[in-house]
Amino acid sequence: MVGMALPQVAPVESPEIEEAPADDRPWVTIVWDDPVNLMSYVTWVFQKIFGFSKEKAEALMLDVHNKGRAVVSSGARERMEMDANQLHGYGLWATVDRD
Amino acid sequence: MFRRNGSQCVATFAVDEVRVLRKVAGEVVGLLTDGMDHTDPVVSRLFPDIYPEKPDDSAEFRLYTEGDLKTGKIDQAGAILAALPDEGEGEVRLDGEAAEAWLRAINDARLAMGTRLDIQADTDLGEELDEAVLRDPGSSRVFQLSVYAYLGYLQESLLNALPEIE
Repeated sequence: MVGMALPQVAPVESPEIEEAPADDRPWVTIVWDDPVNLMSYVTWVFQKIFGFSKEKAEALMLDVHNKGRAVVSSGARERMEMDANQLHGYGLWATVDRD
Repeated sequence: MFRRNGSQCVATFAVDEVRVLRKVAGEVVGLLTDGMDHTDPVVSRLFPDIYPEKPDDSAEFRLYTEGDLKTGKIDQAGAILAALPDEGEGEVRLDGEAAEAWLRAINDARLAMGTRLDIQADTDLGEELDEAVLRDPGSSRVFQLSVYAYLGYLQESLLNALPEIE
């Protein structure tokens, strides 16, 4: 009998799992266009909640109206959730997402 | 319709207007208190998912926030009921805080009615109403559409009567 040398198997190093790069995209609050809310009301809500000037609030409202959606605030996730929740209190259709 | 008088927003409502406003505000309160059905499109419009693509995250967020949101909406509708005359015509005078509650409550009522009436971005309310009248002038759709249109004018008049936000 011939002894068979066991093949030398080099231990395979498990490939290092690369850590997923931390996702540092900011969170955003998005307001969606809807067929019921009055344009003047949406402008007023933006002034009220975010303290925007009438001009800025109006421009943002038109953005929502013309593009179907617009980012109204960005920052930490919890902050965006608070914003969206407040917007829901006023009847605007708001969601939270990554930028 | 509302107009400004000093620091207040003032409107004189006819008997029918008082009745309609009481009815719609009462309906919003009813919708919010009778154990909400989240499959009802009106409820999902008033309480939208904050993460539309992540139902679990939305549900968790809802768990912490929906109670307060609901209470706020009930209080808003209550502000309408509180300011209206009990019956018959009458004048309503709103200070800044009450005017804000009215605006928000009228908006909730319009959202609820607009969803039920299937109002879309291209809906022409006048045409819609004409068609409904031709089919049956006494139908509930004619009534609902008229009230929906009325609430839009009322909300707009209140926005115009508000003092400018600093």
